[in-house]
Amino acid sequence: MSTELERYHILSVLVQNRPGVLARVAGLFARRDFNIYSLAVAPAEDDGFSRITIVVDVESTPLEQITKQLFKLIEVVKISELDPRRSVERELLLATVRANPDQRGQVIELVNVFEGKILAVGTDAVTVSLDGYPAQLDDFEALLAGYGIVELQRTGRVALPKLDREARLRAVNNPGKAG
Amino acid sequence: MKLTGAQALIKSLELEGTEVIFGLPGGCILPAYDPLLDSPIRHILVRHEQGAGHMAEGYAHVTGRPGVAMVTSGPAATNMVTPLMDAYMDSIPMVCITGQVSTGAIGTDAFQECDTVGITRSCTKHNELVMRPEDLPLAIRQAFHIATTGRPGPTLVDVPKDVLQNSMEWHWPTDQEVADSLPGYRPNMKGHGRMIKEAAKLILAAERPVLYVGGGILKARAAEALRELAELTGIHVVTTLMARGAFPDDHPLCLGMPGMHGNAAATTAMQRSDLLIALGARFDDRITGKVAGFAPQAKVIHVDIDPAEQGKVRRPDVPIVGDCRLVVEELIRVIRSMRSAGTEQADTGAWRSTISGWRELFPVAYEPSQPGEALKPQFCMEQLRDHAPEGTILVSGVGQHQMWASQYWNFTEPYSWVNSGGLGTMGFSVPAAIGAKVGRPDRTVWAVDGDGCFQMTAQELVTASVERIPVKVAILNNSYLGMVRQWQEMFYDERYSEVYLSPELPDFVKWAEAMGCVGIRVDSPEEVQPAIDKANAVDDRPVVVDFRVDAREKVFPMVPAGCSNDELILPHFQNKEQLA
Ligand SMILES: Cc1ncc(C[n+]2csc(CCOP(=O)(O)OP(=O)(O)O)c2C)c(N)n1
Ligand SMILES: [Mg+2]
Repeated sequence: MSTELERYHILSVLVQNRPGVLARVAGLFARRDFNIYSLAVAPAEDDGFSRITIVVDVESTPLEQITKQLFKLIEVVKISELDPRRSVERELLLATVRANPDQRGQVIELVNVFEGKILAVGTDAVTVSLDGYPAQLDDFEALLAGYGIVELQRTGRVALPKLDREARLRAVNNPGKAG
Repeated sequence: MKLTGAQALIKSLELEGTEVIFGLPGGCILPAYDPLLDSPIRHILVRHEQGAGHMAEGYAHVTGRPGVAMVTSGPAATNMVTPLMDAYMDSIPMVCITGQVSTGAIGTDAFQECDTVGITRSCTKHNELVMRPEDLPLAIRQAFHIATTGRPGPTLVDVPKDVLQNSMEWHWPTDQEVADSLPGYRPNMKGHGRMIKEAAKLILAAERPVLYVGGGILKARAAEALRELAELTGIHVVTTLMARGAFPDDHPLCLGMPGMHGNAAATTAMQRSDLLIALGARFDDRITGKVAGFAPQAKVIHVDIDPAEQGKVRRPDVPIVGDCRLVVEELIRVIRSMRSAGTEQADTGAWRSTISGWRELFPVAYEPSQPGEALKPQFCMEQLRDHAPEGTILVSGVGQHQMWASQYWNFTEPYSWVNSGGLGTMGFSVPAAIGAKVGRPDRTVWAVDGDGCFQMTAQELVTASVERIPVKVAILNNSYLGMVRQWQEMFYDERYSEVYLSPELPDFVKWAEAMGCVGIRVDSPEEVQPAIDKANAVDDRPVVVDFRVDAREKVFPMVPAGCSNDELILPHFQNKEQLA
């Protein structure tokens, strides 16, 4: 088994913000049988561009094929591969957990330990949130499961390079567009 | 200057140099057909939109200019899907304009609405829905630019009816504006200098090199450069199905077509080589056979303008991203200067004589018919080849006849062969031949078709008759879906399932005549040449020749699907042991 660090790579893809661009990216992954582990999109700092953060599974397809095929999409302007060891990653988790009055205290304690938040309290359930490293969220989710998860939603990770050393954004060399 | 969107569309097409549009109107595209009446652009009214698409492809194949098709929304757009995919697979530059329901109706399941951009996303290089008339000129410029640069391919512009009807202030975008609008699109033309040097070293050191030439050489208009490279180094050339004509078949270094139905010398030379110089070729499974067993001792130099082709199937030792012509020309310069600096080329003498031996022992061949026996399809191809006028363009359908066409024709110049390689689209040949004839009216255009293929798009011969486009069609009529029959015979114990068409129906001669063509039927070998001569003499209308050929003929050599190229099957009268 490859480790998670080897298996999942984070691509930060700068695209022209045009109708259908997300469909193109998603369609490409489906059509070429590439695996997306998670995907998040939002407008980028420059007007007219969006940043798509994709966590890809490179166990079945070499990363190089994925980036080259992505570059063939006309709207893709830049692709950066983020090394998980040299980037800051965050993900947000929202969950509604069963918690009758007896258990409520335990759930709140758990949330506090993780430095999460209580968003709403009902008679026999609470809604909680946590943002943090994806691995932290995994642990939190596993512990919540013991109480019974009613609903859970995670955003998928977003990432930026760490600032502390020289720029960590390793731009994937655009080998030239060909279509 | 105020123009309607429709006027702006037609004007944009004119400014892009469009001389002909293949199309068929309908509700949503109607506004664009009005200014077309006043335009110098010729319009060819097809009988089915698929025909328009393949005509545009045939036109692009022989001229190198983008073919243009224009159709309405909904069913017309979906009829265009096959030609778009065909053009995408074979990297054919093509621009397709589709009508769309008005912007306000989009998403309401309006009459003849379909998600054209969604449906064609994976069968175009790029597509775009234009929502404002003022955006039309830029969208058209982008469509032509993207279709014709880098790795060519089809593009589609979807235009809602009200966008055609509303008016706009005319503005023709500059090259700079087009470039600025496509910040992520910068095809890399020039190969990497260090890589080209590496390649030159490998070429000079190789003892068993082969130039593996694909359709990209033709797209890059690099046939002359290829010839110079081959002659400079004395390296043999194989031309894939997409590259037939890129290197003359009668050249002593030409090995012809390799692969599943390639000749034994071409396929085996690749298989045993120590260096494959792949130029604009994509290691298709029809070439490689089982990838794990393909050319096991060969190092690979891979020149392709599409970076994603590098390493997609076979990891190259020297990848070179760039335009084939520029790279080959640079390669020639580097090899010359290395030689004058004293580097000697390895001795390829033994390899060359091995190859000559194979060529002598294993020509593509068939058993001629004895008197009274059925007509052989290969004989018809030979006769057609020997009696075709100089400069004839050959177009083919998909099936056994296509392989015989490629095997038996003598290709002497580039852009004289038009076929559907990657998608293998039955029904391609008749409309593609029409498009080719429109692009090269000075040339004779012969389509070689199957009886199955012909029935898929034959109606376009009506278009050809009405528009006075005198193409010629040779049907190698074996009453079968012959290629499928061959697989059932060889790999399914002769259990023939749904491959028998009909020896009686249709009556191709009557059908041809009903479509305004000359129809000729040929049953015996003696009738073949007179029929071809008669067909060649007709120049005012299309001709269809129905060659009634032996249904039992199979295409050889053959590498069964999924097998290694070492396992190729020769015709029974050739001895494979001599291939050792
Ligand atoms: C549109 C389409 N449908 C099915 C096929 C599968 N197919 C490949 S060759 C072939 C037989 C073609 O028959 P015919 O045109 O008579 O040519 P022949 O092989 O007999 O020369 C078929 C059905 C195809 N290539 N294209
Ligand atoms: Mg047939």
